Amino acid sequence: MIPLSHFLLISAVLFCIGLYAVLTRRNAIQVLIGIEFMINAAVLNFVAFGRYDKIAGGGQMFALFAIVLAAAGVAVALAIILNVYKYFKSIDPTKTDTLKD
Amino acid sequence: MIMGIEQIIFYFFAASVLISALCVVVMKNLVRSIFLFFVTLFSLAALYLFSLADFIALTQVVIYAGGVLVLMLFAFMLSNRELLNSLKPSASGFKVNNFAGILISILFLFILLSAIISTDLKQLAWIQESVPLSPADNTTHQIGIHTMTTYLLPFEILSIFLMMALIGAAHLARKGNKA
Repeated sequence: MIPLSHFLLISAVLFCIGLYAVLTRRNAIQVLIGIEFMINAAVLNFVAFGRYDKIAGGGQMFALFAIVLAAAGVAVALAIILNVYKYFKSIDPTKTDTLKD
Repeated sequence: MIMGIEQIIFYFFAASVLISALCVVVMKNLVRSIFLFFVTLFSLAALYLFSLADFIALTQVVIYAGGVLVLMLFAFMLSNRELLNSLKPSASGFKVNNFAGILISILFLFILLSAIISTDLKQLAWIQESVPLSPADNTTHQIGIHTMTTYLLPFEILSIFLMMALIGAAHLARKGNKA
């Protein structure tokens, strides 16, 4: 059996990779991928702790909910990115600096 | 310490998750980065299997590899060419912005790692008392029962939320959007 802390270490590193992508990438799609990494790191933690939660099954249920919420978020975010691209002709988050027309 | 076959496969997939995630993040070419994202997600699904969450692993493959990735490729292709050209990295290697980002993520990594290493998870009362899942357990069956009993309300709210997201995404992506 793999010790619990190894799962946590992997997810910590994955979270920081996602954080790096969100902070530095100049491309909205890669920023979105960074957010997905962070969510997946959280899901990995849920699942790893869920192994000790046989009766209530909270870990695995919450992981399932988190995956579905992330997928819904991606759908909306990509629609927004497409609109931003149509309007600004660029998806660099640092160049999109107005909310109004 | 002798590594069993389980450990070898686990660390192989763990390394594959971390290396491909790092490549996704530093890669300048968006297409390569999206396809490497695919590798990361599959290896993560394998890690979920190691904590005996087979249904979650399958959901991960179906939703992420099947849905999210295809969506990302679509978004990429709908906003292509100029996108690729506009993303050419500026020649001056490290930007200040970049440096701060690296610094913040590395410091945060140290905080997380030191917190994880310094805690002894085996001492937690609920972990000591719990009966861990065994590979023979039918977790899919358990998840089905939990969804329809304990987590019925979140499940129903989630279905409404999904419909809202669907309508919202369709509205936003509409052609000739004035908003």
